[in-house]
Amino acid sequence: MLIDCDVEGPNSHIFFKEPMVKFKDVSIPAPKFDLEKCTLCGKCAEFCQYNAIAITGEKLLFFEELCHGCGGCKILCPDDAITEADHQIGIIEKGGKKDLMLYHGLLNIGEPFGVPIIRELKQFADESKTTIFDSPPGTACPAVEAMRDSDFCILVTEPTPFGLHDLMLTVDVARELGTPFGVVVNRDGIGDDRVERYCTGEKIPLLAKIPNDIQIAKLYSRGMPIVEGLPEYKAVFSGLYDKIREMV
Amino acid sequence: MVKELTVISGKGGCGKTTIAASFVALAKDPVIADADVDAADMHILLHPQVRKKEKFSGLDVAKKDDDKCIDCGKCYDNCRYGAFDSDNTLHPEKCEGCAVCAMVCPVEAIQMVERNAGEAYISDTRFGPLVHAKLHAGEEASGKLVALVRQRAKEVAEETGKELILIDGPPGTGCTVIASLTGVDLVLVVFEPTLSGIHDAKRIIEVARHFKIQVLACINKYDINEENTEQIMQFCKEENIEVVGKIPYDDTATDAMVAEKTVIEFSDGSMAKAIQDIWQKIGKAWT
Repeated sequence: MLIDCDVEGPNSHIFFKEPMVKFKDVSIPAPKFDLEKCTLCGKCAEFCQYNAIAITGEKLLFFEELCHGCGGCKILCPDDAITEADHQIGIIEKGGKKDLMLYHGLLNIGEPFGVPIIRELKQFADESKTTIFDSPPGTACPAVEAMRDSDFCILVTEPTPFGLHDLMLTVDVARELGTPFGVVVNRDGIGDDRVERYCTGEKIPLLAKIPNDIQIAKLYSRGMPIVEGLPEYKAVFSGLYDKIREMV
Repeated sequence: MVKELTVISGKGGCGKTTIAASFVALAKDPVIADADVDAADMHILLHPQVRKKEKFSGLDVAKKDDDKCIDCGKCYDNCRYGAFDSDNTLHPEKCEGCAVCAMVCPVEAIQMVERNAGEAYISDTRFGPLVHAKLHAGEEASGKLVALVRQRAKEVAEETGKELILIDGPPGTGCTVIASLTGVDLVLVVFEPTLSGIHDAKRIIEVARHFKIQVLACINKYDINEENTEQIMQFCKEENIEVVGKIPYDDTATDAMVAEKTVIEFSDGSMAKAIQDIWQKIGKAWT
């Protein structure tokens, strides 16, 4: 099973012919203010850590996109002026094929926080199957949420100074989470050998190298999996899979 | 008036930082802001000398005093982020800093404390001041750190009378992207002619339009799929977005990176020329 956790820019579905179908909405609870009851006391605005509520003069302003849905304002309100309603932040879609299910999420345009969608997506992981999570980029909360609780992390990098720098940051995250991990070098042959030397020095297993082959780039640009367009690479990927199975 | 330009792509690996760094070399007297705070790479090419450093604390984090705790379970019942187990054990790494637990705790066993979420820097480079930051692994509130970087960049520009802030944006469409786009004067969207590059660039254009920001586009590695490049041109035409240039696929980008230089300094080949051309067109679009 494949779960694409890059809810700000999911791409895995591009490699499937099958269309994605909407499966469900993802919402977080957001406050609704009863202005008849509200006395503009300002306690909610003062409490909100995300600055989603402001009182200006005779008006209460609520910035829905900044709200994390913690529910604190509702608990706190002395006038019972706050209830909660669903604020839809994105959707989950389902697709793929019979022997390879795909789920992905889409964060609505203009919404800042995708983590609740990633959390819901991960619920679909079928424990009886191998589930691959395609993680968002970076090392902030969305990437961490995707990596959390995995049995193994594959860190994909390029043999360049940018690749090495970002790899080192991601290694920090994997180590902090206590997740076993290994490195795959993509576009091997460009750049320099600093990534390899780093992995050797840090005793990080180098699981596979994928050559810098323009044919791969061309297949990728059309949304075709490498192993379908260039079957000679099958051995690289099945070898990678076997290696990880041994390690987990 | 200080003007701000953000370079962005949605998807990572499209050449956004390579292009932004080249603009830095071409611009007259810019302030540079690296808004990709959880994987900042600009400094690798610019070798900054840090002049000023400040701590970034982001949102507070819950801290529990187990001696005071009476195991009433209110923190567990009210936390919506799974930061407490049913036995009331706190997992600070899941805390989103909302402070609800501290509010509902009847015995004040929970306090919200400052967290060390990262650092922001003002540095000198051979092209001008660079404002950059480092978010610690797995931290929240990266959008706030981007806002801090932009705030400092603006202050530096105002203090030194500079008129342009060049912002290297982060990937995605979430909080860091929103924080690096809101209120800027112009966004350059870098397309890569791959289906995923197109998919993500279209999403980022929607975000920019949502915040009513003027969008220009360019296509990097345009020759890896000319059919897709044609599609992008068509799309931009329909959407009324000016395509200010096409950059060929070129190993120069990687070679310059390995030499830790911008493409403009490293070579005067076709890639450098294409970027120069784009930079001129951006200047025209601006006036």
